[in-house]
Amino acid sequence: MQNSRQNPLRTVDLAAMRDEAFQAAVASESGQLLASCYQCGNCTAGCAYTHDYDIPVHQVMRLVQLGHRERALSCRSIWLCATCQACTTRCPNNIDVARVMDVLRHMARRAGHAPEPTVKTFTDGFLASVARHGRVFEAGLAAVFAIKSGKPLQDAGLGPAMLSRGKLAFLPHEPEGQGKAEVAAIFERFYARKKQGGGE
Amino acid sequence: MRIGVMVCHCGNNIAATVDVEAVAAAAREFPDVVFATDHMYACSDPGQKSIEQVITDMKLDGVVVASCSPRMHEATFRRAVERAGLNRYMFEMANIREHVAWISLDRRRNTEKATDLVRMAVEKLRHNRPLTAKSFDVQKRVLIVGGGVAGVQAALDCADGGLDVVLVERKQAIGGIMSKLDKTFPTIDCSVCVLGPKMVDVGQHPRITLHTLSEVEEVSGYVGNFEVTVRKKTPYVDWTKCTGCGACLEKCPSKKVPDSFNENVSFCTAINIPFPQAIPKRAAIDPAHCRQFTKGKCGVCQKVCPADAIDYTMQDEVVTEKVGAIIAATGLDLFDHTKCGEYGGGRYPDVITSLAYERMLSASGPTAGHIKRPSDGKEPKTVVFISCVGSRDRSLDRPYCSNFCCMYTAKQAILTRDHIPDSKAYVFYMDIRANGKGYEEFVRRAQEEYAVEYVRGRVAQVYPQAGPDGPQLLVRGADTLLGTQVEIAADLVVLAVGVEASKGAGSLAEKLRISYDHYGFFLEGHPKLKPVETNTAGVYLAGCCQAPKDIPSSVAQASAAAGKVLSLLSKDKLESDPQIAMVTGNRCIGCGKCERTCPFGAIRMREMRDGSQRAEVVETVCQGCGICSVTCPVRAIQLQHFTDSQLLAEVNALCRTWDETSE
Repeated sequence: MQNSRQNPLRTVDLAAMRDEAFQAAVASESGQLLASCYQCGNCTAGCAYTHDYDIPVHQVMRLVQLGHRERALSCRSIWLCATCQACTTRCPNNIDVARVMDVLRHMARRAGHAPEPTVKTFTDGFLASVARHGRVFEAGLAAVFAIKSGKPLQDAGLGPAMLSRGKLAFLPHEPEGQGKAEVAAIFERFYARKKQGGGE
Repeated sequence: MRIGVMVCHCGNNIAATVDVEAVAAAAREFPDVVFATDHMYACSDPGQKSIEQVITDMKLDGVVVASCSPRMHEATFRRAVERAGLNRYMFEMANIREHVAWISLDRRRNTEKATDLVRMAVEKLRHNRPLTAKSFDVQKRVLIVGGGVAGVQAALDCADGGLDVVLVERKQAIGGIMSKLDKTFPTIDCSVCVLGPKMVDVGQHPRITLHTLSEVEEVSGYVGNFEVTVRKKTPYVDWTKCTGCGACLEKCPSKKVPDSFNENVSFCTAINIPFPQAIPKRAAIDPAHCRQFTKGKCGVCQKVCPADAIDYTMQDEVVTEKVGAIIAATGLDLFDHTKCGEYGGGRYPDVITSLAYERMLSASGPTAGHIKRPSDGKEPKTVVFISCVGSRDRSLDRPYCSNFCCMYTAKQAILTRDHIPDSKAYVFYMDIRANGKGYEEFVRRAQEEYAVEYVRGRVAQVYPQAGPDGPQLLVRGADTLLGTQVEIAADLVVLAVGVEASKGAGSLAEKLRISYDHYGFFLEGHPKLKPVETNTAGVYLAGCCQAPKDIPSSVAQASAAAGKVLSLLSKDKLESDPQIAMVTGNRCIGCGKCERTCPFGAIRMREMRDGSQRAEVVETVCQGCGICSVTCPVRAIQLQHFTDSQLLAEVNALCRTWDETSE
């Protein structure tokens, strides 16, 4: 943002705000031709979560087109996106919008943005559970999430219904044979590569 | 031989990056070159005068001009040398602008390449022979394919200009899409009221032969002398007897035939006259629905016809028409709205196309001008229009703008408010394209005077829901200006379907030997300067077969095409281009490869007295493409002005230059 004394009207200086490296990175990581978006709004029109977004998805696309890195990576919308791909399906220009949102999530996390801490807590807990058990242990994940998110009783009401329908087990049901070890090896390989500086 | 060379500066276009004086100096050393100079603008009047002067003064036999592309000024310079008494083919052009000056800034190497090109042109010219065009008679008749407003306009202009016109229309009556419209933008004129007089003129014009229910089957020949085979499908009604009284329509028992003129909004009878103003106003039987044909017995229409015109045994008729020129005006088809599943087209009866809505608005339409939604016949109070359905959509392979949907949507929204004053009309749009005369003002009127709500954004989905007064359709879309999702409970949804090339356009293009694009639209000769010509001499374009366009543009293009045809056929004889293939009889071995490979059917095999076969070129049909010449195994067939010896002379000139520079 520009100094308000230099720019009392706080207009957006398009040239100064444009981060070309960011534009190029999003384009190459997503493999999408971002210039082909003509802002018809069909992604927002079909979006299932736009009511909770701080920036509707077509405007996220606009921020990326203009290269406004900070606003794009710090918005909540990219964390609330459910990757349902309605936007991708609807896009008249064949842009994989959900993929762009995914790329932005990765970039935001690398850049240390976590505007939705609970989403981060949940995904971290989910991965930790998979790493430990070879597949997710729902009851354990729910317990960890409940404690770490600081709202221990938020999902407790769902427990009895899920239990009665056999959706929740008290003990982890780990994969048989080599399955657990193989999943664990994936995580090891990933952390080893990350230590070497290979990124996420 | 005495050759003169003129190197053009083209102002700074060439001289900025080519040393034209050095090129001229080098040219003086080339064999047979007796004169070489440079000129600021060779194409200017003084430039041409000096070419003529030099030819006379220096007694030249040929001239090379090194300047721009032959596409620009070859004809200019050919005329100049002709004025000075030379044959126009004793002229060669070296393109040192588009091929040299405009593509590189390296002055030294540009000058070298320009010199090479001049050397090649001189070497070719040394092998040139004078060629003479032959003239042939022309048919002073024109064939117009398609009887929409473009075809009608072209037919009238040509006929009024003194040509005999053959108008072929696939449907039963002429008028095309325009005859289906209720009103036209931006004046809200009654469409069929303004088109009607023109259709009547076509029907009554002594110079116009009308073939409806007809299709072009085959086209042969060439500019000035086309021969066209037209299949006239039988209407099973003798149109010389039929008076169009309509008695058969009243009595026909097969009343549940989808009425294609009314966009299948309603039904018609198996024997039908599509609309009251139809030209020709004659009945025709649809054998797919007629009980006489499907069940083998009925015969009601035959019994009631007071003119005794019905004849179930009639057969298709094939007629041959000889014409000098052809205008393609085959119009358009509409995008199939059922491909957009998210809008529910084809699934929900109250999601209809714009043309179906147009029929509903029309006083002569299936609802007599009352807007009734198809599901329950109720008058809709909220109508939502969705723009760009099948336009500007790469995912549907329709990336182009259909040109006039913005305008007819504004018109239909205005008419909705006009018909139902307590209704509300919404238009979902991406951009409003209103670039014709009075168009922007018209769209503003829709918003300001008629309070049509324009919402900037696309619609994601349409689905049924229960409303306070019966079932409704929920339209969910985006308002990108608000940056939110929006939804509207609608009684009727109208899809502004885009334009597609007419079905069968590709196969007609192949018959006419004209090019068409990926979407089936016919290609004009040049996007700027030949908008009504095609690359096939004598074939012209009018209307939406070339690209989506509105009525005034279609009419203008039709008149332009008619003007082109009138000027072409104003001459009694046409000149044929002498740059065509020629067979050296005693070399030809009669293998027939050239005949098989010729894309224009210009080569015939002829039996000689000793029983052997020889290829023969039909001079007026040959387009000079040269395919035969490269196919011939014994070099017996040569393209005049581009013979092997001429081309090899150029190649040798170029290779000699390379030898010299590499030494």
